[in-house]
Amino acid sequence: MPHRIINWIDQRFPLTSFVKHELTGYPTPRNLSYWWNFGFLAGFVLVLQVATGIFLAMHYKADIALSFDSIQHIMRDVNYGWLLRYMHSTGASAFFLVIFIHMARTLYYGSYRAPRELLWWTGQGLLLLLMATAFMGYLLPWGQMSFWGATVITNLFRATPFFGDQVVIWLRGDYMVGDATLSRFFALHYLFPFLIIGAVVVHLVALHTVKSSNPSGIDLADKDNIPFHPYFTAKDFYGLGLFLIVYSVFVFFIPDSLIEPANNIPANPMQTPNHIVPEWYFLPFYAILRSVPNMVGGVVAMGLSVMIFAFMPYLDRSRIPGGAHFRPVYRGLFYIFAVDMLLLGYIGYIPPTDTSIMVGQWGTALYFGMFLVLPFASKAEERWLMKRGLPPQVEALIASEEKEKLKIKNRHRKGGAA
Amino acid sequence: MSESKVLDDSGRRNFLIKATSVVGGAGVAATCVPFVASMNPSSDVLAKAETEVDLSEITPGAMRTVAWQGKPVFILRRTPEQIKSAEASNGGKDPEPDEKRVQDPEWLVVIGVCTHMGCVPNKEGPGWMCHCHGSQYDDSGRILQGPAPRNLEVPPYKFLAENKIVIGRA
Repeated sequence: MPHRIINWIDQRFPLTSFVKHELTGYPTPRNLSYWWNFGFLAGFVLVLQVATGIFLAMHYKADIALSFDSIQHIMRDVNYGWLLRYMHSTGASAFFLVIFIHMARTLYYGSYRAPRELLWWTGQGLLLLLMATAFMGYLLPWGQMSFWGATVITNLFRATPFFGDQVVIWLRGDYMVGDATLSRFFALHYLFPFLIIGAVVVHLVALHTVKSSNPSGIDLADKDNIPFHPYFTAKDFYGLGLFLIVYSVFVFFIPDSLIEPANNIPANPMQTPNHIVPEWYFLPFYAILRSVPNMVGGVVAMGLSVMIFAFMPYLDRSRIPGGAHFRPVYRGLFYIFAVDMLLLGYIGYIPPTDTSIMVGQWGTALYFGMFLVLPFASKAEERWLMKRGLPPQVEALIASEEKEKLKIKNRHRKGGAA
Repeated sequence: MSESKVLDDSGRRNFLIKATSVVGGAGVAATCVPFVASMNPSSDVLAKAETEVDLSEITPGAMRTVAWQGKPVFILRRTPEQIKSAEASNGGKDPEPDEKRVQDPEWLVVIGVCTHMGCVPNKEGPGWMCHCHGSQYDDSGRILQGPAPRNLEVPPYKFLAENKIVIGRA
C-alpha cells in the first residue's frame, strides 16, 4: 500500500527523484570535517527560533504599556513560558555563534572562491537579514537596553544624505522610539524569518549547483564523493548532539548570562543607562562605529565592516588550493583577524576611555588593513610558494583536479551522461 | 492601411509597450505611497507637538527635564557664574555664541538628545556628559569633545509669562 501511494505521487510530483537527488543520494565530498556541520546547525537553529517564536507570539503583547509585563507574564504564568523564552533568547546567540563559525570555516578553507561566489553572497545576504531580525526582536521586551539599542541603531540612519532626519522619524513612526516603533518591529520580526527561509532555499539551490567545498580546496573526482545519507546525516546528527549539550547548559543553567541586567528595567525615554552595550554578536561592529570620530564616517565604516566579506572572492588572488591549510601567510592573516575580532569585541563591551578608544582605532585600522593587504599578500605568497616548490601533496591535488576537469570535458564532448 | 500592415508596424508595438510600462510603473509607484506614508507619525503623535512648562519651581543652578514630542528637554536655570563662563567661550567644534542659544540668559532650553546617536546625556559637573559614546557638552549645551557632530539642539519655544514657556511654538 505505501508503495502504491508513492507511485501515485511520483506520477504527479517528482517526490522520490527529488529526495534521492537532493537528500539521500546527494554527492558529498568524503573528506568533510566537523567544520562542515555548521550550515546544518544554522538550519536547525532557524527552525528552533521560528517554532519558539510563534508560540511566544501567542502570549506577547506589542504595546508599550503592556509589552514589558507580558514578558513577565510569559516567564511566570504561561505553562513552560520560561522555557520557550529562554530557548528563544539563547537561540539568538546560538544562531550567531553557529553562523560566525560557518563564516570562519569559509574564510579559512577559501570556500568563497570560484565557482562559489554566489553561494557566499547569498550567505552574506542571510547574515544581514539575521542581524536585522535579531535587532528588531531585541526591542520587543521593552527594557532599557531594548529601548536605547533601538534608539542608537535607528539614529544611524541620520547619516542618510539630505533626508537623514525624516528617514529616522519615518522608521520610528514617532519623534522617539515609541509605540508605533514597537508595533512595526514586532510585525517585521515576525515577517523576516520567512524571508530568511526563502533566502535559505536560494542558498541551498546555489549549494546544490556547485556542491560542497572540502578541506583539500579542489573539486574532487566522482570517486571521492559519497552519498549524503547515511554518511553525513549521521555526522550532522552527531554534531547536533554536541551542539544541543552546550545549548542546553545555557538554556537550563545560565540563561540570564546572555541577557543584560539593565534590560530588566522597563524602558525610560528620559534616562539613558550609564553603560549601554549591544548584544555580544554586534560588539566588534559597534567598536568600529565608536572608533571613528566622525558620525557619518562611523556609520559607513560599520556598514563596510559587515559587507566587506563579500569582496573576498576578488581580494584573495592566490590559486593555491586548500585554503589556509597550504598557505602559511594566509593562515597567519586569518588568526590575526580572529584575534582582532575578539579585541574589538572587548573594546565594544567596555565603557569608552581615552585608552580604549585608541586601542579601538588601532583595531579598526588592522581590521580594514587586512582586507587591503590581502590582494598583494595573497599574490606574493603564491609566487613565493611556487618558487619554493609546492609540497608533493599539493602538486598531487592540482594534478588530480586537472585530470578530473579533462575527463569531464571529454565526457561532455562524447555526449555521455555528465 | 491594411490590417497586416498595422500588425507588422513594430514602431506602434514598441510605443504601446513603452506607454503601458510607464503608466503601469506610475500606478505601482502611486500604490506604494499610502504604504510608505502609513509609517510616518500618525495624527495622535503629531498632536503631542506642544508642551507648556511652569518655571517657578526651578531654583538657580537646578535643571528640570520635561517631555516634548516624547523627547526629553533640559531646562537649566543658570547661575550668574554659569552664564559668565558660557558667554566667555564659543564652545568647541560647532562654535556658536551663547546669546544665540538663549532668549533669556538665565534660562537654557535644549533638547536632551545627544546629536551623535540619540542617547540622553547626564548633568555632570559643568555641562552634560553622554555615557553612550563619551560626548561632552558645556552649560550652553555646546559640544566640547567626543563624537557628537553638533551642539544640543534648541527647540522652538516662547515665554508666555515671566515664569511660563511653551515648547514647540516659536
